[in-house]
Amino acid sequence: MRCKKLVDVGRRQFLRGGALGVAGAAAATVLPAPAAKAAPAPAQVEYPSNRLANIADLKVNEPMDIEYPDADSPGVLIKLGTPVEGGVGPDGDIVAYSVLCPHMGYVMSYNGEDKTLNCPGHFSRFDAEAGGQEIWGHATQSVPQFILRVDEKGDIYAEGCTDLIYGRPSNVLS
Amino acid sequence: MAYKRQIDRLPIPPKDAKVHNVTCHYCIVGCGYKAYTWPRNKQGTLKENAFGVDLSQQQGAEGTWVAPSMYNIVKQNGEDVHLVVVPDKDCVVNSGLASVRGARMAENRPSEVTGTQQQRLTDPLVWRYGTWQPTSWDDALDLVARVTARVITEGSEDDLVVSMFDHGGSAGGYENTWGTGKLYFGSMKVKNCRIHNRPAYNSEVHSSRDMGVGELNYAYEDYHITDTIVMWGTNPVECQTNLYFNHIRKGLENGARMVVVDPRRSLTVHTSEEIAGKDNVLHLAINEGTDLALANAIFTYIADKGWVDKDFIEKSTFRNGVAQEENEKFPAPLGSFEMALEKCRISVDEAAKICGVPAADIVKAAEWMAKPHDDGSRRKCVIGYEKGVIWGNDNYRTVGAIVNISLATGNIGRPGGGCCRMGGHQEGYYRPSDAHVGRPPTYVDHLLINGGGKVHHVWACDHYKTTLNITEFKRVYKKRADMVKDAIDAAAGKSREELVNAIVDAVNKGGLFIVDVDIIHSQIGQNAHVILPAAESNEMNLTSMNGERRLRLSEKYMDPPGQAKPDCLIAAGIAQHMERVLREMGHDKYADKFKGYDWKTEEDAFMDGYHQGNPEVTYDRLRAMGNNGVQEPVVGYKDGKLIGTKRLYSDGKFTRHGRKDGKALFCGGAWRGWQAPGKAEEQKSYKFWVNNGRANIFWQNWFLDQENDFVMDRYPYPFVEMNPADMAELSLKAGDLVELYNENGATQAMAYPTPTAKRGQVFMVFASPRGAQGNIVNPGVNELVLPDYKHCWANIRKLSDAPRDAQGISFKSKEYSA
Repeated sequence: MRCKKLVDVGRRQFLRGGALGVAGAAAATVLPAPAAKAAPAPAQVEYPSNRLANIADLKVNEPMDIEYPDADSPGVLIKLGTPVEGGVGPDGDIVAYSVLCPHMGYVMSYNGEDKTLNCPGHFSRFDAEAGGQEIWGHATQSVPQFILRVDEKGDIYAEGCTDLIYGRPSNVLS
Repeated sequence: MAYKRQIDRLPIPPKDAKVHNVTCHYCIVGCGYKAYTWPRNKQGTLKENAFGVDLSQQQGAEGTWVAPSMYNIVKQNGEDVHLVVVPDKDCVVNSGLASVRGARMAENRPSEVTGTQQQRLTDPLVWRYGTWQPTSWDDALDLVARVTARVITEGSEDDLVVSMFDHGGSAGGYENTWGTGKLYFGSMKVKNCRIHNRPAYNSEVHSSRDMGVGELNYAYEDYHITDTIVMWGTNPVECQTNLYFNHIRKGLENGARMVVVDPRRSLTVHTSEEIAGKDNVLHLAINEGTDLALANAIFTYIADKGWVDKDFIEKSTFRNGVAQEENEKFPAPLGSFEMALEKCRISVDEAAKICGVPAADIVKAAEWMAKPHDDGSRRKCVIGYEKGVIWGNDNYRTVGAIVNISLATGNIGRPGGGCCRMGGHQEGYYRPSDAHVGRPPTYVDHLLINGGGKVHHVWACDHYKTTLNITEFKRVYKKRADMVKDAIDAAAGKSREELVNAIVDAVNKGGLFIVDVDIIHSQIGQNAHVILPAAESNEMNLTSMNGERRLRLSEKYMDPPGQAKPDCLIAAGIAQHMERVLREMGHDKYADKFKGYDWKTEEDAFMDGYHQGNPEVTYDRLRAMGNNGVQEPVVGYKDGKLIGTKRLYSDGKFTRHGRKDGKALFCGGAWRGWQAPGKAEEQKSYKFWVNNGRANIFWQNWFLDQENDFVMDRYPYPFVEMNPADMAELSLKAGDLVELYNENGATQAMAYPTPTAKRGQVFMVFASPRGAQGNIVNPGVNELVLPDYKHCWANIRKLSDAPRDAQGISFKSKEYSA
């Protein structure tokens, strides 16, 4: 309940504020659209829909390296073994996160013992079972979580991201 | 599950964005940041931008990146502008590192556009018609001046009680301590005053100063080159984060060893083990309150082994017995090395019993700190100490005992040495003499609880969160404040004169008229009759110095919200109204004392105060020195640069005590068990020791964090770390709300299972608006009215299952584990 409410608060602030409008305006340069195009830039970032794996490829608590939304943005796909809020798949336990620490961009590793992402740079850690919440550290946000969809064949697609990925002014760079 | 920002792109600062120097206004480290501002309708591009970086490429680790918390839209000269505040790679303090506090400076700015920090006060408020009504400065200040002037002329200045910050950063700084200092210590001689975090007006490190040793004597680079780092009652990984990661870490990587003295396994222990390896980290997990026995044993052992710097002792310290007798102003005798050794002498074995740690570990600590190298050269050692000692048992003697070790080994004023407090806020103190306050000073909380004082001016202090014995304080304070509120309500519709008469009548019957100057409507402010809105750092220009005395000008880049003003200009306004009202009342001579406040800007206050004592230093010169500033004291100006002082006492002359001979004194304070009243009895009476302190995510009493979604999602309640076995005994689950209670009062917290916590010892984060730990701290203080917050015992019971907002958050270990 709490998290949904807070997600909404965040979104409301975003919509009420100028950030969205600005982001939309910024998109004209962030996303180099054809100069003569008449249509305005979309108000939201257009995310690719990328197939990451099939459910059958995943073993419980064995992380799979992924890249999303492009090859320069490493992430991890995990079947946690217990259902979590925001988890997908028949067991509601599949999640995916960026592994670039949202403090200084060091690549984090997954600790299967307590299902956390750990940063070797300055020792921040994030909870893979709690939406990537920072357990302790220096980042000022949760680790970006990729929004997943599973189709009828069991293919897992990433189709969005909840937070800004480290090292880029826009989650989609091209 | 975690708070999601749902932001997937941010505006880019254009090449011509304005750039401002910013010193982080939170902790003492004072990291350098750059603020970029630019018009609302402009933007940079991926290729052409203020950073000069190709942002179309994914940035690598430690690259240039603006986190969403580093962005906002604020008012600048009345216009909405974009704001980005990013860590400065060229600042020697932090080298581009951001902390979880500083990296939120932008989003913790008040913004009418993005809706952040709408709790900020925008207008003066007066208690009128049964609530607070916004009004003009003149209306509010007239009431403040009329009531204050009546009370201090009919009685005395002792009827005016003042709580005022004395720090730098945040809303403090040289400008604002001078403004308030000139008013209360210059125009008036107010002696019933206290500081934001303690119930009196006193130093937290009296003994170090009395020994001649200023408490911030090193340079951060001393950590890089030292042999041993001792962190005594301090947890820099959380409380001085980038001092740890940019300086202490370099020392450990260069081969320094680490000694941590802390009853709790803090993250400083764990992180240092990760960096230096377990063999190079010694954790002395002593029994609570036994630091003095440990320090005296180490001092004794070092002396007996002959690991002292005889030449230094001979040349730089007092050599003739007792220089200062022990008395009510000096809780231990001060004098020669031999005198101190005789008084302090305690064996390692005896200390081991008292402290509850192996004798071999005490010996090991002494060796790491003082045993000369094989070639006979001095072992370089930095000792840092903070609230575990300062807010601990027997403050005066314990601080003195720690300084003894550094003096004996010649480790002050030399490269790789230093014996320093780690600090809380930055410093920024410049005031007229406080000698009239006296020593020991008034215990102001007692004065107020016992019905003393008639008018209370409160400057950025919230005693509902940051004092001791809060339960009792709140109960009495509210009652006294309500007497005045009732009087004001009963005078509705009457003239100003009749209103002032009614208020004065109420305070003469035991009421208290309260003026609260703050940036938010605080908890103590709920009792105020006049509330005055202040500005923060970067809504004004502000100068402060950090933990290595590095002075910077943090530049104004935005307007304060509404009618809010810098504290120095509010103080000036009070003074000007006092002068006018006193003259009207026929007190011309008294009124003349309130002249000299015709400041238009904070720079005027700086020039009137700090500049007078430090004539080389001006805003223009500081601006030119940028985020690296200059280390105080400033000794000259040459070739367009201010010349500072890397470390104090490099000439071997110690001056902080004011002795003409320049000789440091040793402290002869023997171990004497619990010093403050009531501690020993309380320890016997309750099951849990309630250790308490800061955590990295919060700043101070959460005054901005309480409206920060990221923080409040992580910790909707203050946490209390408990051993899982203790939790099981009380049938507690992670996140359950518990009550901690004793005869002083009660408070609440959220249980956080912590396997490394010792049985019967819990650690609670302090000063939360949702459960102040100070509610259960007894009123015991030391001889000089320093509180012992850290020693508090209580029982614990369950209040509730994890409340809605504590469900689904993480309760996993805070220790990094790859």
